[in-house]
Amino acid sequence: MEINYLQILSGVFVGLASGYLGSFMVLKRMALVGDALSHVALPGVALGLLFNFNPLFGAFATLFVGIIGIWFIEYKTELPAESVVGLFFTFALAVGLLLTPEEELLEALFGDISTISSVDALLAVLLSLVVLLIMRSISRGFILGTISKDLAKASGVKVARQNLVFMALVAIIVAVGIKSVGTLLMGALVIIPAIASKNIATGMTRYNWTSAIIGLVSLVGGVLLANYLNLAPGPIVVLTSAAIFIVTIAFKK
Amino acid sequence: MPEKILEVENLDVSFDGQNVLENINFNLDKGDVLAVIGPNGAGKSVLFRALLGLIPYSGKISWQAGLKIGYVPQKLAIERDLPITVVEFLGLKSPTKENMLQALSSVGINTGPEQEHHLEHHILNRRMGLLSGGELQRVLIAWSLVDNPDILLFDEPTAGIDIGGEETIYNLLHELQDKRNLTIILISHDLNVVYRYANSVICLNKQQVCFGEPHSVLNPDELSSLYGGEAKFYHHEHKNNDHTQKPD
Repeated sequence: MEINYLQILSGVFVGLASGYLGSFMVLKRMALVGDALSHVALPGVALGLLFNFNPLFGAFATLFVGIIGIWFIEYKTELPAESVVGLFFTFALAVGLLLTPEEELLEALFGDISTISSVDALLAVLLSLVVLLIMRSISRGFILGTISKDLAKASGVKVARQNLVFMALVAIIVAVGIKSVGTLLMGALVIIPAIASKNIATGMTRYNWTSAIIGLVSLVGGVLLANYLNLAPGPIVVLTSAAIFIVTIAFKK
Repeated sequence: MPEKILEVENLDVSFDGQNVLENINFNLDKGDVLAVIGPNGAGKSVLFRALLGLIPYSGKISWQAGLKIGYVPQKLAIERDLPITVVEFLGLKSPTKENMLQALSSVGINTGPEQEHHLEHHILNRRMGLLSGGELQRVLIAWSLVDNPDILLFDEPTAGIDIGGEETIYNLLHELQDKRNLTIILISHDLNVVYRYANSVICLNKQQVCFGEPHSVLNPDELSSLYGGEAKFYHHEHKNNDHTQKPD
């Protein structure tokens, strides 16, 4: 079996970053937001495929428009983020399905890490590092804001600005994760490691980092397994993390 | 001349066009203990939230510059599965270990050497969501103390705490006021507490019904206009009533 080191390298970093960020999304009851957001990337991916530029950039563009739109509507209407995301993702999915050329639809929906270029891999590594570092630096205020918005604000945390930064990080991780598992399965990469970690970790710091490690093992393990079995990597990555989750149930504290 | 640390003038708060607080005026000197009383829905917690800058208001709220405010909310719904431990929660303010232990012992959580095992396993490393209501309330108060604030805002500090605990927490209030000249604003339903610990009181019922020293403003007429009907209060003399008098 031939091992593609670019896949492994980007898998390590994307896995760590999505697991780590995912642990905060689950805390904030935003697990499905990441999943839904990945659909917002679809029109961007489609534009990239249509006009021959890197779909990653297209994904970024539509994700950022989507995130700012969601943040703004949430801020203005005080509707829960979840329902505003619901609006955006169904809208984007509809547009994306119309735009994506039919022969490319499968890759756009389920990703294909086996075709990763060195530029994509480098971007994935750098962006994952950015996500890890920024999330780590806002984690205290973020955790406090999850416990109580008032307590956070009273302690000087700029809650609205912090939420915007957080959403931007979610957008970045979704965009880099799409190459690995596609727009439909991206949710698994942020949700499953976090809830598996929640089963076994005591304390916040351990929970965050256990989730990161489970993300790494799922992504790298899944890609290797898919290579070995000659199957599509996206679904195998998701199945790997689901298997880890099932094992953690047995060790639930 | 006492040092003025808070001035509130013509404070109005409204939600959706409905006035929740109207024309509130009071001020606070360093070392004061101000009690906020009033019936349910009178706007007591709203006043706190305005003072903390958490909600929009009109009028003037001016704090002395550079004050550090500690805040204990009325209740906090912590989800049982939130994986944060007590030590991690207090650690969000990055206190020294000593400050943390001091804050915990201030709220009646034993931190002596013999208690080390209990403290580690049953308090510090316990998930916040698994604490009892009383324990959680104490941890929240400890949270407000851990970074040595200049002023404390307590929204019903004894809600959910048993009698023994209540004593400890009011003793603590007293100690903080006496030893550190800490300024305290507290919301309380317990008029005994107001008489014993506060040196000024503000009565709210959307509007400001009274403001002044408890003994001079809390007479039966004021109380019945505040709470309506036949609200009665029997004032017991307490031995330590003298403590509430501010040294001149």
